[in-house]
Amino acid sequence: MKENQKTYWKGIEQLKNDPEFVKKNEGEFPEYLPINEQSSEANGRRDFLKLMGFGIAAASLAACEAPVRKAIPYLNKPVDVDPSVPNYYASTYVNGGDAVSVVVKTREGRPIKVEGNKYSSVFKGCTSSHVEASVLSLYDKERLVGPTKGGAEVDWNTLDKEVTAQLGKIAASGGQIRIVSNTVLSPTTKKAIEEFKAKYPTTQHVAYDQVSAYGITKANEASFGQAIVPSYDFSKAKTIVGVAADFLGTWFSHVEFNRQYAETRRISAEHREMSRHFQFETNLSLTGANADYRTPVKPSQVGGVVAAIYNGIAKLAGQASVSSSFKASDVQYLDKAIKELWANRGKSLLVSGSNDSAVQILVNGINQMLGNYGTTIDLAQPMLYRQGNDMAMNTFAKDLSAGRIGGVIFFNCNPVYDSAEGAAIAKGLAKASLTVSTSDRMDETAAAVTYVAPDHHYLEQWNDVEVKPGKFSMVQPTIAPLFKTRQAPESFLKWAGQTVEYYTYLQNNWKETFFAQQSVTSDFQTFWDKTLFDGVFEVAVEARDVTYSAEPVAQAANSIAQNYKVQGQGLELALYEKVGLGNGTMANNPWLQELSDPISKATWDNYLTISMAYANELGIEMVDGETELVTLTVGGNSVEVPVLIQPGQADGTVGLAIGYGRTSAGKVGNGVGVNAYPFITKLNGANTMDVLAGVSVEKTGKKYKLAQTQTHQTYMERENVIQEATLPEYKKDTAAGRWSPKIYKEGEYIKPSKITLWSGHEYNNHHWALTIDMNTCTGCSACVVACQAENNIPVVGKEEVLNRREMAWLRIDRYYSAANPAGNKKELEEASANPEVTFQPMMCQHCNNAPCETVCPVAATTHSTEGLNQMTYNRCIGTRYCANNCPYKVRRFNWFKYHDNTQFDKNLSMNNDLGKMVLNPDVTVRARGVMEKCSMCVQRIQAGKLQAKKEGRKVKDGDIEMACASACSTDAMVFGDLNDPNSKISKLLKVEEKEPGVKATDRVINEDRAYHVLEELNVNPNVWYMTKIRNKDKQEA
Amino acid sequence: MQVTSTVRKPLVTGGKTVHDVTEDICRHVESKPNKLWGMAFGISVITLLIGSIAVVATVWNGIGMWGLNKTVGWAWDITNFVWWVGIGHAGTLISAVLLLFRQKWRMAINRASEAMTIFAVICAAQFPILHMGRPWLGAYWALPLPNTFGSLWVNFNSPLLWDVFAISTYFSVSLVFWYIGLVPDFASIRDRAKGIRKMIYGALSLGWNGAAKTWSRYESVSLVLAGLATPLVLSVHTIVSFDFATSVIPGWHTTIFPPYFVAGAIFSGFAMVLTLMIVTREVFKLHDYITMEHIELMNIVIIVTGSIVGIAYITEFFVAWYSGVPAEQYAFFNRMQGPYWWAYWSMMTCNVISPQLFWFKKIRTNIAATFIISIIVNIGMWFERFVIIVTSLHRDFLPSSWAMFYPTVYDAGVYLFTFGLFFTCFFLFAKFFPVINMAEVKSIIKSSSEKTAE
Repeated sequence: MKENQKTYWKGIEQLKNDPEFVKKNEGEFPEYLPINEQSSEANGRRDFLKLMGFGIAAASLAACEAPVRKAIPYLNKPVDVDPSVPNYYASTYVNGGDAVSVVVKTREGRPIKVEGNKYSSVFKGCTSSHVEASVLSLYDKERLVGPTKGGAEVDWNTLDKEVTAQLGKIAASGGQIRIVSNTVLSPTTKKAIEEFKAKYPTTQHVAYDQVSAYGITKANEASFGQAIVPSYDFSKAKTIVGVAADFLGTWFSHVEFNRQYAETRRISAEHREMSRHFQFETNLSLTGANADYRTPVKPSQVGGVVAAIYNGIAKLAGQASVSSSFKASDVQYLDKAIKELWANRGKSLLVSGSNDSAVQILVNGINQMLGNYGTTIDLAQPMLYRQGNDMAMNTFAKDLSAGRIGGVIFFNCNPVYDSAEGAAIAKGLAKASLTVSTSDRMDETAAAVTYVAPDHHYLEQWNDVEVKPGKFSMVQPTIAPLFKTRQAPESFLKWAGQTVEYYTYLQNNWKETFFAQQSVTSDFQTFWDKTLFDGVFEVAVEARDVTYSAEPVAQAANSIAQNYKVQGQGLELALYEKVGLGNGTMANNPWLQELSDPISKATWDNYLTISMAYANELGIEMVDGETELVTLTVGGNSVEVPVLIQPGQADGTVGLAIGYGRTSAGKVGNGVGVNAYPFITKLNGANTMDVLAGVSVEKTGKKYKLAQTQTHQTYMERENVIQEATLPEYKKDTAAGRWSPKIYKEGEYIKPSKITLWSGHEYNNHHWALTIDMNTCTGCSACVVACQAENNIPVVGKEEVLNRREMAWLRIDRYYSAANPAGNKKELEEASANPEVTFQPMMCQHCNNAPCETVCPVAATTHSTEGLNQMTYNRCIGTRYCANNCPYKVRRFNWFKYHDNTQFDKNLSMNNDLGKMVLNPDVTVRARGVMEKCSMCVQRIQAGKLQAKKEGRKVKDGDIEMACASACSTDAMVFGDLNDPNSKISKLLKVEEKEPGVKATDRVINEDRAYHVLEELNVNPNVWYMTKIRNKDKQEA
Repeated sequence: MQVTSTVRKPLVTGGKTVHDVTEDICRHVESKPNKLWGMAFGISVITLLIGSIAVVATVWNGIGMWGLNKTVGWAWDITNFVWWVGIGHAGTLISAVLLLFRQKWRMAINRASEAMTIFAVICAAQFPILHMGRPWLGAYWALPLPNTFGSLWVNFNSPLLWDVFAISTYFSVSLVFWYIGLVPDFASIRDRAKGIRKMIYGALSLGWNGAAKTWSRYESVSLVLAGLATPLVLSVHTIVSFDFATSVIPGWHTTIFPPYFVAGAIFSGFAMVLTLMIVTREVFKLHDYITMEHIELMNIVIIVTGSIVGIAYITEFFVAWYSGVPAEQYAFFNRMQGPYWWAYWSMMTCNVISPQLFWFKKIRTNIAATFIISIIVNIGMWFERFVIIVTSLHRDFLPSSWAMFYPTVYDAGVYLFTFGLFFTCFFLFAKFFPVINMAEVKSIIKSSSEKTAE
């Protein structure tokens, strides 16, 4: 056989035989194997095998010890669902007239967290506490599991048959049918209702809002001929005046307003400007707490204040004034506000929360004179959140009581509880032959009707939302319906005789209507997929031509003069919404019930807020939450309610929050607080939250305890905690208000960090840190709920909050200025009657020299190589020494077993199988007896690092976001890596490039506003605070 | 050869002979328990059982049964711990330090006070365990045991770990010291006993034969142990005070704590010894062994240590003012004028003012007065720890977290449990063990009792 002379090359490299190839070819592995990275020993491969062998053995042994229980593998794995890999879907949070574009995080098909959708030009990724908490409502056991008739379960067919038959009968006999709802934001749902109306022509759709804006729409109709609520843009305003408008806490689109407002409050050495905010209000609201100048006014002064501003501006503008007996000089800062509004005309904004159209007509007039339309106010892009009509609702209630209504369908609303006409509707319902509700639970209204056809939760449904003309947001299901519920518009279609799945109906509507409004793609499926992916669809709308008419002003002024008589005698009541519970629709959500109110710091109750002066008059003291019950009587209604002494409350007034006193919300919400809705009255045909006369308060002498998470009011003038300055001071010196402790040593004063036993840490990869800007933090508390949802934080209930054992990892400390800042230590405890307020979000400071780490006897809390202070739950034996030694008191102890414990049945997320679906599987549910605290969302850090590693790159700035920072509407919290000189946080803190040899923990921060709380302790936290700057002319209490 | 001044008062009165000593002490061990003892023991056991309910409830349900909260993480638990450890100080001081200083008056009281030490330390040890969130793990995870948890080890930086070592060392040395002292006396009882008693006491006496060699070894061991135990008197409470002194909390973070705690411990220990001695003396009619001389000397120790403690309190205030540290200043202002002012002033009255009454000879030689003041001192010392722990924690750096601590019935129950435990042990000891060190007391009979016999 002939010898084969052919040579086979392994590759082109061998043929070329270049030196590099020859060199590589000598080794066993041509390429570098990263086995030996750790040690320089030559026998790395053997070590690798040893380690692998040991690793497998150890892993198998460890697996033996903890058997996995109830883990059911997928038989057929759903597409795109990978165990332990989260999926994100764009959707929209909808609750009545509130809507926010969101992104929903799902794990193994379960939605577990709601975050903001950054693609939305309206919301820009912002959320609120309600949005963050809404995911828990999905897993509420109190939701109806299917349709009911007279309280008993029926099937959908029976219900549909009976309802359709009765509707037909009513329609045939010419009887009236009403659909009652809150504001409906969905254009497709509205279309479905129209189809229903077409089928039953006697149908009318009555919309109402718990907190109405009807007066504003009426005013705009009068002034501009358009019954709308315009959009506001606070970000363009240099002077902001709020008259009884809590636009940061609860007013309409506060999520949007927070972000805009913060834009004007963000300052830096390069940009030493901020807006000035005046607030005139009765109760101390979140907005008032953020104001630079706040004046408490009575509800009866609101009209006068607005009239005085009108006259002040009119005078400056050289226009006709209106008749008003009210003088601007009677109210502190009013003259100043007028002057500054005028000085910044076109860049100013006056908003009023009043629902009195007369007041709003003057407000329109003022903004018109100031030239704010087109800059800070946009009539072309009205906000659609509040479309309720108070008069229509009133007429409906009257009709119902008179027996003029044959059939009524309550579409996702609960007017028996949350409307001013609640009592009348409850009585009148018996007179209607058909009563249907689409509530998700047996609420006060659903319990009073015959048929309940429960709607899906928003996380289970398909829908669309139009928040402003041309600004659409999609609702996309993130889980199959948990129960036998059906989407309400589908029910309407069904009863209208159309058997169509709502999804198809929605898609068809989009194909017909909105698809045509765009020109990006001609393929509907592409358009649909893109819209769903983005979650939002935005088209430009044409500017409308509006003309202002000053005609109604005079009449409005007369109405004001008549209705707002400044007598200064009788007690007045101002109803308000709390930041946490809002209008009460989510009362069965324990995360919101236990959310500490940013102002009063109270949980699990509403209460009558009274001023210190009035408390003294009544002889009521409040110590550590222990207070008294009083009887509040307005007209014929009276309730027994606890009193809370509220600094900043206008003298001669009391405040009471709506949203409480539910009787049929579920076991969490029932019986919490008192119902304030019956106190809502009408003024100029619109609901008003203010009661100007006939209010009386009587002592009962009964003691009551309010569960507050913070009982101390002031910061005791401790500069190591709160550092603040005024804008003029800051303009001169960017370090204004900073307090830098110095320690005397050998003839000089040096920084505390110079005398230390600690040798510092070196962080080679990352150095995680967080900054909190106290100037842009408005205290909205979205972060607190976001943290609770992300980190499986238990709800402990009122009793345990009273025992001062709430579990929040992140809290917002609220400090009032002291009445007497120069006083002695006892006097410093007294808050000022109209205090300056400072919010300070407080969580684990991740100290580099952590006092908790040194004292743990079992090393259960240790320092990571990336600067985190980490907690090892399963090593913790619970001595609580770390918590005692924590100067920030941010550690939380599991005093009891909060999961699977009937004693804590209000902790919905851990005490039934349904509720447990909300738990974040990446975070351990802590056992009884262990300590816990903020982990800087270490699970998110790990996930971000893993993702980067999989993609073979370094972690980018913005890849990782803490839950709180991502929920923050105002970007007050910035999280990032200090080792990355280009990260947002490094730039924000002006981190100096470190010299070689300088440890990470000794790096120099050049931002003058940045400080460590309790710097003198030299615990060297990784959380930085930025001084609070108030836009005041000078320092004053 | 022992030389005793003739001026010195006899340490044992009543002209007791060596045989009398044996008779007087062994009588209580050998006779049937009397009614008074039975009642006292019964009450102790009932207290123990009632307290056990609180202990079981705490372990079963969690530390939430107590009144602690997010701000005040320690209160009665560690107060009681430090208080019991403090009480446990007198025993070692009396038996070891006074042995080294050749203070013979200690002989009549050292046995009972050592027993008290041991029981007090046992009671103290309940709290570090019970106050843990997960005592079933913490009870052994706090020890540097070789384990299968990987590289997990205890944290040697933690003062709590130092406590573990300090307390366990102190307990073992005290126990050994006490037991060694008991051996010759057990032998005396054995020699007089019959049947099963003989067997038990025989086993307990470890084959003691009374030979000169044995006595010699006995004395050497006692001296060695005394030498070992003496530094412990200083170290135990020094280390306990480190729990506070090494922290950052204003009111805790202070270098005066070690001497101040040691003085306080001796102060409370002597008070407790007095309380128990006066009762034992009356019940067992030991007036000739525990004389007024003893009581007076102990009262003098109380004046001295009480005054040291008082100076320490004042020094703390001075330093708080002088330091210029606002947080520190506030902590001390808050002690005096804050919501817990009553605890502070109880402490001041009980610890600083009441012992000063002992400057009057009439008072310090009065049994009733001594008994009352000894109890007042113990109350005061409990308040001292309460003041240090709770008033420092409840208002520290951030006013947002300031909170009050209100005890629950379970806080009291667990404290009661340790009382039950202590007295049950003590009454068992008083009945079955010789309450006075016969062997040692016999050595002072000759030199000090002759003159009275004349």
